[in-house]
Amino acid sequence: MAEKEHIIIESGDAIQPFAYTVGMYGSKFFAELRDNGRIMAVRCPKCKKVYIPPRKVCGECFVEMNDWVEVGPKGVIGTFTILRFAFIDPETGAQKPVPYGYGFIKFDGADTLFQHYISVEDEKKIKIGARVEPVFSKNPTGSMRDIEYFKVID
Amino acid sequence: MDRAAIIGVGMTKIEKSKVRDTFADMAWEAVNKALADAGMTIDDIDNVVTTSSDFWDGRTISCMAVGDASGAAHKNVTCVEGDGTYGAFYGMTRSLSGSYKTTLVTGHSKGSQSISSLITNSAFDPIYERSLGMDMVTACAMQARSYMHRTKTTPEQMALVSVKNHGNAMKNPLAQLPMNITVNDVLKSEMIADPLHKLDCSPVSDGCAAVIIAHESVATKFKQKPVWIKGVSFCADSFFFGDRDLSRVKSLTEAAKKAYAMAGIKDPKKEIDVAEIYDAFSYQELMWLEEMGLADDATAGKLLEKGDFNIEGRLPVNASGGLLSGHPVIAAGLYSMAAVVKQIRGDAGGFQVKKAKTGLVQGLNGLGGQSHCVWILDQEK
Repeated sequence: MAEKEHIIIESGDAIQPFAYTVGMYGSKFFAELRDNGRIMAVRCPKCKKVYIPPRKVCGECFVEMNDWVEVGPKGVIGTFTILRFAFIDPETGAQKPVPYGYGFIKFDGADTLFQHYISVEDEKKIKIGARVEPVFSKNPTGSMRDIEYFKVID
Repeated sequence: MDRAAIIGVGMTKIEKSKVRDTFADMAWEAVNKALADAGMTIDDIDNVVTTSSDFWDGRTISCMAVGDASGAAHKNVTCVEGDGTYGAFYGMTRSLSGSYKTTLVTGHSKGSQSISSLITNSAFDPIYERSLGMDMVTACAMQARSYMHRTKTTPEQMALVSVKNHGNAMKNPLAQLPMNITVNDVLKSEMIADPLHKLDCSPVSDGCAAVIIAHESVATKFKQKPVWIKGVSFCADSFFFGDRDLSRVKSLTEAAKKAYAMAGIKDPKKEIDVAEIYDAFSYQELMWLEEMGLADDATAGKLLEKGDFNIEGRLPVNASGGLLSGHPVIAAGLYSMAAVVKQIRGDAGGFQVKKAKTGLVQGLNGLGGQSHCVWILDQEK
């Protein structure tokens, strides 16, 4: 049997939009990030754990959180990887240039980790526990990309 | 408490691309193999649980595509989204419910039909995580880094897991990637995401597995020797990856403890004879062993080097070749379960271990093991 080509079904320019809400907690987080370059988290009234990204419920205690605290903007690398395979950026559909650093950052004052890119200019400096700070976008829009990446400052 | 047993298993061969088979075609094969294994016909099955993921299958209500081929017509059929071990958990509770006696559980997926990194990317939070490109490999690379940092596990020890499991797969005709490789081959394979090389990662796979779970009142009515479910538990951790201590797996430790307690196991290191665990990445086998108390903290790498987890070793782990040798997501845990069932029955063929009275199966959901499902299976009721 001869090899057959795949059947391709295309939808032209039609898209399937989905409007995720960021909620009131996300709204405050992104507005503060965009307008003031501040990193906002919430503290559990019971266990006192400081959560980022901010959300309404502490899963451990099953209580509502309303106590906002500013954290960072400096912090340390909690863990990281350096990506070396070509990856399709879900935001742009383009291949992301490799290598690039990806890590979990523990902001000063926060108890959970926040993920973002890490600059890989000097790979030797990227270690668990290394101090980092964010490089903010010059044109913030209220999204995760208002931080461009973190860089090691040790 | 009433008891339940696994009385039949059936699996397709795991392959890189089953281009000739639809989801239903794969289910048809696995279900008929399980029925033949049990000595049952579809009329002996009184309810069905299918396990699939809508994202992996590229459609909503993905379970509906496999109902007919799973013999669900006119029966109570339901679906679980997640690893097959969770489908089996639900299947077991149905067999114990008093309403049903014999549950057919299936799990399927075809990684070949999509771009894996985009599918696993969509499991993350759409606002904070997905937009940056987080996917399974990225998440697990960061978990591997945390685990290595805490335990001083070496890249060579991780590579040895891959060597062992690909070697074991040479004795399993259903495995996708039987390979005779060395630690050096693993370390020289392409670096995907530090510290994970290509051969530290499981492949993209297609496959379907089925198991039949029966209430004790009918477990010995059919042809097959029942393998008894002695203990089972699952526990979940936080949704946000960054909330967890990535070097530890609290939910797995708790699930294992509960499963051991239910099975009356006091010293799992001595009482478990054989284990199939979720080695989607090389480091995970070592990490999960420690978190389940099957190795002391930060020692699994050294025990592996001593040969403890080889087919001939003290505790054979992933004698079937594990998921590093073929990883059909969703079906994976049922493949592991079927491998342990075969060990306990003495039917494992080339990868049969010497002593297999009591076996452990571990499945997981979520990237980097957000939740874990641990089973203790036994020859004796």
